[in-house]
Amino acid sequence: MTKDLLGIADLSREEIYTILDTAEAMREIGERPIKKVPTLRGKTVVNLFYEPSTRTRTSFEIAEKRLSADTLNIAVATSSVLKGETLVDTAMNLEAMAPDVIVLRHASSGACHLLARVCRSRIINAGDGMHEHPTQALLDAFTIRQHKDRLEGLKVAIIGDLLHSRVQRSNVLLLTKLGADVWVSGPPTLVPPGIDRLGVHVTTSVDGAIADADVIMMLRIQQERMQGAFVPSLREYFSVFGLTSERVKRARPDVIILHPGPINRGVEIASDVADGPYSVILEQVANGVAVRMAVLYLLAGGAEAD
Amino acid sequence: MPVVMDADRMERTLTRIGHEILERNRGVEELALVGIRTRGVPLARRLARILKDISHHDVPTGALDITLYRDDLMRHAVGGQPVVRRTEIPFSIDDRRILLVDDVLYTGRTIRAALDALIEFGRPRAIQLVVIVDRGHRELPIKADYVGKNLPTASSQSVQVRLTEIDGRDEVEIQG
Repeated sequence: MTKDLLGIADLSREEIYTILDTAEAMREIGERPIKKVPTLRGKTVVNLFYEPSTRTRTSFEIAEKRLSADTLNIAVATSSVLKGETLVDTAMNLEAMAPDVIVLRHASSGACHLLARVCRSRIINAGDGMHEHPTQALLDAFTIRQHKDRLEGLKVAIIGDLLHSRVQRSNVLLLTKLGADVWVSGPPTLVPPGIDRLGVHVTTSVDGAIADADVIMMLRIQQERMQGAFVPSLREYFSVFGLTSERVKRARPDVIILHPGPINRGVEIASDVADGPYSVILEQVANGVAVRMAVLYLLAGGAEAD
Repeated sequence: MPVVMDADRMERTLTRIGHEILERNRGVEELALVGIRTRGVPLARRLARILKDISHHDVPTGALDITLYRDDLMRHAVGGQPVVRRTEIPFSIDDRRILLVDDVLYTGRTIRAALDALIEFGRPRAIQLVVIVDRGHRELPIKADYVGKNLPTASSQSVQVRLTEIDGRDEVEIQG
């Protein structure tokens, strides 16, 4: 692996499989009475979060603690960022205290790449703007593989706000790299131009995307990133693009339904579907810890980079 | 390069160790076998079969991966991280006599890591160590309870234990 994990775009198929296989071994640690191994003892990991996050931050923190790293969390609401400090200045000051890894979430696409250029510490992208969220795509792939034993040849439908979604971008890159048949669907205002060049089928028909799908991945409507009228109303969005139990029937009988969370019940997904038998949403959360342990081990478990 | 143990010899060695285990522990009721990945795992399974043949009791068997407990992780070059595989111990080790199984005993560092890993699963009554080959050159105060063969070696040499389950044949060879 390289020094940092900035995006799925930088990973080869082999590296992706190495991460998924390592995560299999890490999962078992979470089932032990003592859920801790000494692997990253003496290493320091900073979780630097410029955007609100419950799942991802907690998941990283648990992963770090299970590997015995020392962790500290910096939430921007309580930091000097409010006093006007820039991202690079904050990072350089943190670097002066010699952490081994910085896990960064930031609202600007490319923030992690910027830090990776100026920092000695390893940077793990925990979501940068509308760009990538690599550990989410890895945990999604891990969850799919657990249920289907493979990724190659599966029909995966990704539905919702494709434009603002870093989860979509990382997943499309990963799934096409591993040979899945990826279909994306959403309102035309929320389909990024040129997405077809990434090797996916684009359709405005949710039913067409879902037909015979092995996997349905729902994306959250990101109202916080929407400046302007992308959808007429949330009720209309639900009736045209929302995942209902009626719609699920078009997929394969053994379909699994993923959602990166947090879910908007009754907006992109009906409550009974989110809580229903095909949903693996909570498994995704559990698997997130194992996948992040794998990434941390593979990046930081070895000797210092020169 | 000299082959110092062939398939026939290995089979008899394991059978002998099986008898020693029973003699020393006076029965199998509290025993459990834990093989250290990679080659300790098939060896532990073979010993379980031998113990069953002799005593007509099933001895629970598990697999231990010690990668995350190694003391040399920090010395590895970036990118060359050892592969972590699953640890599977599907029984409680509390109050059992654990037979830890590995192919070669050398510096003792693997066993040190394995003891650390094992103890996090509970509090066994005792841990005993089974190895096919003891080649000397210990760097830690660790000693095997059951040894297939003592092999005096130079540190420049390497000892390969090959097992049918992994390598297609059973033998022990000294190289270098």
